Amino acid sequence: MTQYAALTYTADVDWSAPEQAAEMAEYRRFGEENAAAIRGGAALYPTPTATTVRVRGGRGGEVVTGDGPYAETKEALTGFYLLEAADLDEAVRLAAQLPAAWNGAVEVRPVIGR
Amino acid sequence: MAHPVAAELADVVRVEGTRILATLARTTGSLQVAEDAVQEAALRALRDWPRSGVPDQPRAWLTVTARRIAIDILRREGARAGKERESMDLSAGADPPPDSVVRDDRLRLLFTCCHPALGLEAQVTLALRVLCGLSPAQIAAVLLSGEAAVAKRLTRTRTKISRAGIPYRIPADGELPARLAAVCGVLHASYTIAHSAVGGPRLSDVDGCREAVRLARLVHELMPDEPGPMAVLALMLFTESRRAARTGPDGAPVLLADQDRGRWDRALIAEATALLDRSLRRTDAVADPYQLQAAIAAEHARAPAYPDTDWAEVVRLYDILVSVAPTAAARLARAVAVAELAGADAGLRALDGIEPDHRWHAVRGELLARQGRLAEAVAATRAALDGAVSEPERRHRRDRIAAWERATAPVPERDGRADRPVPGLRSGIEKPGGPGRA
Repeated sequence: MTQYAALTYTADVDWSAPEQAAEMAEYRRFGEENAAAIRGGAALYPTPTATTVRVRGGRGGEVVTGDGPYAETKEALTGFYLLEAADLDEAVRLAAQLPAAWNGAVEVRPVIGR
Repeated sequence: MAHPVAAELADVVRVEGTRILATLARTTGSLQVAEDAVQEAALRALRDWPRSGVPDQPRAWLTVTARRIAIDILRREGARAGKERESMDLSAGADPPPDSVVRDDRLRLLFTCCHPALGLEAQVTLALRVLCGLSPAQIAAVLLSGEAAVAKRLTRTRTKISRAGIPYRIPADGELPARLAAVCGVLHASYTIAHSAVGGPRLSDVDGCREAVRLARLVHELMPDEPGPMAVLALMLFTESRRAARTGPDGAPVLLADQDRGRWDRALIAEATALLDRSLRRTDAVADPYQLQAAIAAEHARAPAYPDTDWAEVVRLYDILVSVAPTAAARLARAVAVAELAGADAGLRALDGIEPDHRWHAVRGELLARQGRLAEAVAATRAALDGAVSEPERRHRRDRIAAWERATAPVPERDGRADRPVPGLRSGIEKPGGPGRA
């Protein structure tokens, strides 16, 4: 079994807002239906709450913080799952059930095992 | 050993090697190990056989040798998981695996190569490597790329397959149509790329078109009832059938209108026609782009001479093709057919709204010349010299420009005749390129 990160890229919405309740219910449904494969994950607050951190000049250097995410794009990273699957086909089948797959995109990446 | 025999031997070893590779990839769990083992076994065969003679059972010899080498590699790597080494049982015997096992292994490998999680270029490159057995240098020659770039792409692709866990498996029935479409895309791309390199500088003794056809034949053989691979193979064979007629003795391209149809390979045309018919019978009302392109090629093959072409039928087929696959190449080819059916005016109108590339400019130049607008034709054809133009194409277009310029140049008084024959008024539109449209 391989672990995959499924990163959801969608409109930069506030999942905690009441108008997202229906969508969140969809994600909960995904969670219930695929509990056996889900090893972790979370929904994220929208990108205006994000802070970008860089350290200039290597370890111990000046900490430079910036407002917002690294790049301005139409779709933002709005959540992630850690999934366990036999192979990429199975991981893709899981990811394709995430609402982000039709409201945006899901990036599936293998996780480096410990 | 004489040179041609050595080349023949190399071919046998290469083709046999691809059969062995598919099974080794499954038993070792590593494409890289399988490739290395088969390559080493092939090298040994090419070194030993000319001296010791070809063994009675070359396939068995290669299988055993490659298997032993694979075991050695796995031992050296040591750190590999124990279960993978278990599957490489030393007592596996000297016999090559039965054909049914080889068939399934090759299908697995095919679907791995054509997995949609890989980019098209990666798919084509890997297919040429592991299914055709071409070396990175040979692939580079076929794809008009650099050897280092090909080697790097292969490494990256193998890494993605193993890291991302792209399975080595024949897809389930439900996913088969989508996965087959990807396979057809790889076959078609392999041929198209090799075909567009024809006439370019010869960088290798490998014939990319022949390899692509071999690959398509293999896929058709592995899945003999699937209409998709049938149609792609038919399309390739129609294009191949015109090969001898497509270039002149000086290597210059000969346009479809000017080709000596007596040099078309009738056996290939018959085979392609039969494949296309079978393919069409297996799909209902909806034709896929490969079937449509093959059907267009079949129309050309049917016509005894260029003027006999049933242009109304060709345009009708292009209309359907453009509706299911509105690519610029298909729309450009349709414009050419429209010009043949309804005249240069209609052809020029059909060019409207197509993204101009060098082929678009070349077609426009020819159509303008047919209307006698030679200065505009020269300007359009000049624009057709920019971009990814092959050397023979470039030469051909320069010739057209020169001819039209001669025709429009001021005529000296004493020559007495101003109305010289104008070249380019006959049908001489360049093929918009790509198999099935030539």
